[in-house]
Amino acid sequence: MRLEMGHIYIKDIQFATESKIEDGVLYVSEEALKAVALEDEKLKSVSFDIAKPGESVRITPVKDVIEPRVKVEGRGGIFPGVIAKVDTVGSGKTYALKGMAVVTAGKIVGFQEGIIDMTGPGADYTPFSKTLNLVMVAEPVEDIKPHDYEAAVRFAGFRVAVYLGELARNLQPDEVKVYETLTIKEGILKYPDLPRVAYVQMLQSQGLLHDTYVYGVDAKKIVPTIMSPTEIMDGAIVSGNCVSACDKNPTYVHQNNPVIEDLFAEHGKTLNFVCQIITNENVYLADKMRSSDWTAKICKMLDLDGVIVSQEGFGNPDTDLIMNCKKIEAEGVKTVIITDEYAGRDGKSQSLADADAAADAVVTGGNANQVVILPPMDKVIGTLAYVNKIAGASEETLRADGSLEVEIQVITGATNETGFGYLSAR
Amino acid sequence: MVKEIERAGIPVVHVCTVTPISMTVGANRIVPAVAIPHPLGNPALEAGEEKALRRKLVEKALGALTTEVDGQTIFE
Amino acid sequence: MIKVVHYINQFFANIGGEEKADYPVELRKGEVVGPGMALMQAFGGEAEIIGTIVCGDSYFNENIEKTKNEILEMVKEMAPDVFIAGPAFNAGRYGVACGTLAAAVKEELEIPAVTGMYVENPGADMFKTKVYMISTKNSAAGMRDAVKKIAPLALKLAKGETIGASVQEGYMPNGVRVNFFEEKRGSKRAVEMLVKKLSGKPFETEFAMPDFDRVEPNPAVKDLANTKVALVTSGGIVPKGNPDHIESSSASHYGEYDIDGVFDLTSETYETAHGGYDPVYANDDSDRVLPVDVLRDMEKEGIIGKLHNKFYTTTGNGTAVASAKAFAAEFSQKLVEDGVGAVILTST
Repeated sequence: MRLEMGHIYIKDIQFATESKIEDGVLYVSEEALKAVALEDEKLKSVSFDIAKPGESVRITPVKDVIEPRVKVEGRGGIFPGVIAKVDTVGSGKTYALKGMAVVTAGKIVGFQEGIIDMTGPGADYTPFSKTLNLVMVAEPVEDIKPHDYEAAVRFAGFRVAVYLGELARNLQPDEVKVYETLTIKEGILKYPDLPRVAYVQMLQSQGLLHDTYVYGVDAKKIVPTIMSPTEIMDGAIVSGNCVSACDKNPTYVHQNNPVIEDLFAEHGKTLNFVCQIITNENVYLADKMRSSDWTAKICKMLDLDGVIVSQEGFGNPDTDLIMNCKKIEAEGVKTVIITDEYAGRDGKSQSLADADAAADAVVTGGNANQVVILPPMDKVIGTLAYVNKIAGASEETLRADGSLEVEIQVITGATNETGFGYLSAR
Repeated sequence: MVKEIERAGIPVVHVCTVTPISMTVGANRIVPAVAIPHPLGNPALEAGEEKALRRKLVEKALGALTTEVDGQTIFE
Repeated sequence: MIKVVHYINQFFANIGGEEKADYPVELRKGEVVGPGMALMQAFGGEAEIIGTIVCGDSYFNENIEKTKNEILEMVKEMAPDVFIAGPAFNAGRYGVACGTLAAAVKEELEIPAVTGMYVENPGADMFKTKVYMISTKNSAAGMRDAVKKIAPLALKLAKGETIGASVQEGYMPNGVRVNFFEEKRGSKRAVEMLVKKLSGKPFETEFAMPDFDRVEPNPAVKDLANTKVALVTSGGIVPKGNPDHIESSSASHYGEYDIDGVFDLTSETYETAHGGYDPVYANDDSDRVLPVDVLRDMEKEGIIGKLHNKFYTTTGNGTAVASAKAFAAEFSQKLVEDGVGAVILTST
């Protein structure tokens, strides 16, 4: 499958009466955005704000981060099965607005939903301090259940991103990248001497507010399957989770999956990037067994030589990770796994809940329990309910000078397990 | 040691006082014992009572050996 | 100016080699000796060595407690901002001395300390989790490299600065996980690691798995009345007199003893060789650790098929996991050959 990705660099975002992209500046009509967001009657009100790198701004509680894209040529549309109709995506031509993101925020679960600081020490830990962020804060109607609210905010974010992406449909991209994988037979003929490599992506699927969707299907209801690595670039996988934000993948990370990007960089040189394999992290043992059995079986059937396995989350998914690693290695397929650690604030505890000697090649996103002090920011974009909660309920977190003493696990993307960031630990 | 015995194909029960260590070490059938210096005895008891206590523990150990387990199990 | 006290052995003080290893401890106040010169240079004027302590390696190791205390007194009196021992490279006794002293200065005097040695130096495993230990080459040819890492780390420690991760500072992993930002993102590191692994080249994992291996439980015993049950213990129960001299700690071997015709373990016939717990109760009645008496009763009553006529024993304390594993792998085969169908393993 072959996908041409056109990058359109966004240098600034401004509110304006008319939405358009001109000379790298994204002008947005707040009224138009509101109309798009409030198509869902479960949302009572919505407000938009802009946060730029280096500004003294804290965004919280972050729900999702999304990159606006538009499908210019080829089958389907962005977010198939969610916004666009179901159709196999990943081929043709897609444009992406680079350097910016749509950030959705709102109090859904509480404190753990993620913080993005645009400056200061917290900014070092989140990739989204480097993007121009159009932040949407949504208020639900009265008496809505948390998961309905969650879904409403999630869909509103995608609609807004698609609306912005559409503004680029007729532009000339600043840069074009081509991603192409071959069919099984073509790959073997073209790269007879290169090792056959796939990317096994474990999707968070632990239930309410911890889910991921594949073409609109709840990932806990899938069995492991293979995908072209370009499908995800058109929004085939979207996030439905945000709790313990440090190692959850916002939709932006799925769209820009770094393992896929870096495997493509080596494709045809040191390896033959065959495909992506997706699996889940369910709460029942039988599901864990079945899914890991199947990923190993698929690796074997594809005659793979090596895979990179990325985890999402921690705790019982550590067992899924180790099962995948162990079973895939047992099929004679070499693995590198990407995880993160919960080694305690002092770094002295056992980092993972499970372990196995087969996992001899590990990349870590760092210790999520590390404590940082986040100084007060001039402006907070988010909900007052959240601020009240943090001010009233957690005296230890909010310090006298207004700074927050938190573990980096509250920072969106801090220890991301697709290797999106630079943090590590030894 | 317990894992090597298990690996050899013989069902094994670990009778020990510090069960968390047994869990870490990887025993599958674990029976908590009395105390570190006298895992299967209690010097405070009369000889007869002590032997009865030991018998109870051994019975529990044998019970563990005759019970199917699905992973690490402590037989309280 | 940061004050440093430096410890070196007789060899690096230019006193002599093995023939001078019994050289007693000596404090040279105000002197910079041997590798101290290179350290001074590396400090770049930020720190100075206010005294060098010299001691022969044999002298130290034969009088560990006494020498350690003498040296602690010397260091305490000079009250440096940081203490440096070595580097010891692959010199075993020197490494143990450096590790002992650096750890003691840190723990007992609460003065920051750093040492350095080769990863296979016995002092490394003994002390790397107790004090910062720079990983050096295996001979003094690695002095320049070693000093390049020891000096900056010593300065940071003296100034109370945050110490980075082991890969950044050059110390051996010490069981404390420290975050830091890599130059390449995680996915790139993963791809590079996979390419190396696929081509059989050496690669370094970022997180070494703890020894957590699990063995699937065997199916339960179906017919206890026809099963031969064996006893194994890590509680060190041995025939009186410990005929095979099983060590009280860090056992190097295990014992196999015949209990044919033995119906009760008494204080006249059995005892424990274990040095890790109060032996009084086990010596008084070894059935408290190895329940032979009860199992003989149950054998007579037909509850179990048979009590195996041999038991296996070793002492658990301080014994390396690898040794215990090797012992058990060996006697487990014997148990299998002897038709044993179930094992009760007791630990103290």
